[in-house]
Amino acid sequence: MDAIILLTLTGLGLAALYFLVASGLSLVFGLADVLNFAHGLFLGVGAYATWWAAGNLPGAGADGLGFVVAVAFGVAAGTLMAVLVELVLIRPLYSRTIEQVLVTVGLSLAGVALLQATWGADARPFPRPEWTRQVTTILGAQVPNGGLLLIIAAVLVLAAILAFLQWTRYGLIIRAGVENREMVTALGIDVRKAFTLVFAIGGAAAALAGALGSVYFGTVSPQQGGSLLIFAFIVVVIGGMGSVVGSAYAAVAVGLLQQFVNYYGTSGLGDICVVALLAVVLLLRPQGIAGKAAIA
Amino acid sequence: MTEVKSPEVPAPPAAVPAELTGGRVSRLRPYLPLLVLVVAVILPYSTLHLPGIFEGALNSPGTLQLLAVCLVFGGLAAGYDLLFGRTGMLSFGHALYFAAGVYGTDILITRAGLPLWQAAPLAIVGGTILAGLIGAVALRTVGIAFAMVTLAFAQVGAILVARDFGGLTGGEEGLPLDVSGLPAGLVGVANTVNLYWLALAYLVVVVLVVHRVSGSPTGRVLAGLRDDERRIGVLGLDPYRFKLVAFTLAGGLAAAGGVVYCLIVGGASPHITSSELTLSLLVMVVLGGPGTRWGPVLGGILYMYLDHRLVSFGSSGAVEALPAFLSRPLSEPLFVLGTVFILAVYFFPGGLASLAPRLALLRDALRPGRRRED
Repeated sequence: MDAIILLTLTGLGLAALYFLVASGLSLVFGLADVLNFAHGLFLGVGAYATWWAAGNLPGAGADGLGFVVAVAFGVAAGTLMAVLVELVLIRPLYSRTIEQVLVTVGLSLAGVALLQATWGADARPFPRPEWTRQVTTILGAQVPNGGLLLIIAAVLVLAAILAFLQWTRYGLIIRAGVENREMVTALGIDVRKAFTLVFAIGGAAAALAGALGSVYFGTVSPQQGGSLLIFAFIVVVIGGMGSVVGSAYAAVAVGLLQQFVNYYGTSGLGDICVVALLAVVLLLRPQGIAGKAAIA
Repeated sequence: MTEVKSPEVPAPPAAVPAELTGGRVSRLRPYLPLLVLVVAVILPYSTLHLPGIFEGALNSPGTLQLLAVCLVFGGLAAGYDLLFGRTGMLSFGHALYFAAGVYGTDILITRAGLPLWQAAPLAIVGGTILAGLIGAVALRTVGIAFAMVTLAFAQVGAILVARDFGGLTGGEEGLPLDVSGLPAGLVGVANTVNLYWLALAYLVVVVLVVHRVSGSPTGRVLAGLRDDERRIGVLGLDPYRFKLVAFTLAGGLAAAGGVVYCLIVGGASPHITSSELTLSLLVMVVLGGPGTRWGPVLGGILYMYLDHRLVSFGSSGAVEALPAFLSRPLSEPLFVLGTVFILAVYFFPGGLASLAPRLALLRDALRPGRRRED
């Protein structure tokens, strides 16, 4: 029983990480049709900016309020990076899908190499508050606090994104744009501003995933984003592109499946089961769980 | 779901009559590839030193091995272009079939003890069947979803290799090739030249196959699929079948490249299964010029050459002398290549292959006198 609760909660922690990366990817793809390979780079930038701020920024540190400041700095850096990428690199290429993919591919190669050149290829220990190293006992299972932090953050982000989409004017434009972009443009609304906004949201969520994921793993390395990105892509496809709620369901399914099969089966089998799940979903329901809609 | 539009391939420039372009050179043009091939074949007999370009003499084993790897990747890029440039399919899983060739050969020789003449065809057939099976599932999706599915399948391959199921692949450390059963001509530093010729032969075969296919009626259907898939469907042809043929053929060519690569490098390492390899194939094709005859080959050769040489360039004195914020990024080959790639997407959409016509236009514009003569 303990094992099942522990696996469920650590699986949910993993799911939270996937959701933070996938929600932005899904919105960007749903609205702007950009398959963003550079999303892993936003994650890396967030993680490294947090790591840097904890050591160098005045007022920031590895504990207490200083840690919050450091994470905020990391999220700001990731958001800025995403907005710059959208404005400088993606915007000139709108409606040229392949070229956009190519540019983000080049960016992910060059950006990761730049992180590696600046801070070295090896994983570095990540400064984290003392309490995230400890465990909380829930129903007899000892759950690492870092994982719980991820779950709480993901739930808050999900609620914030849904509230934003539901109750604000720009949220309305984004929802409409995902459903039918041509119609929104025809009504005289500049969807491009919404593109930038969606990139900013995605960058912020990915940077948060980078910072909190590094807290969970205890280290930060340039390749971290790339390996997470593939599973985030799978989550996006299973969840339905453009659907935040679909991404959340898919992330939970993928995280739990991976965690349980990796524990009870051979290590690595869980990853393969996830791909099998993807194949099944694509064959039975190619549009994903939620289809193409910003809200399930 | 959006449809992936095919990359815009610039139309080939209209044939210019020989008397306009000034004679002998243009009449030799059709024979130029043959000339290059002859030079490439006799290259290992040269002891020329090219300081700065290669470290040793041209016929030193190190240089020949680098050239052989470049040639294999030239062939791989040409095979990948059959999918991307000529059929308009964006596959992110091409590394899988290459890795199937590499690991297939290695495992059959080292673990099963088969001789090379049995292991190589088995690996190629295995890679082709794998491509056919995965293509049959993945091609039920189109566009970006197709890219995702191929990426996911390739990821399974990478996981299988890295986790070392059944103790076959050697996991993270890779699997060195057992050379005791190989033909003597392919073993040892002194015989690198034979591997070089093998790589050259592979490149020639791939180029011939791709030309043959793209010139055939099937090739015209593939080009049609790239330009307008619905129209091919309306004409009564089944897009799925033709795409599957192209996908399987490209997978088989990649597996054959894997066999040659395994012999050149003398083993297999897990990094060849990574999605980064597919991404670099994409970079090679786009840098060279998708859908063109020589672009992908040139792109592949140049990319691998730069990938190897930029490491020593980065640690050379000239770069070391620069301030740290410049010298460190320059010592990362992927940073340089990624940046060049992004610039190429913006400023040279047709890649290297489109450079010659563009330069010709520029030259004509700069020499108005000559145009008036014509």
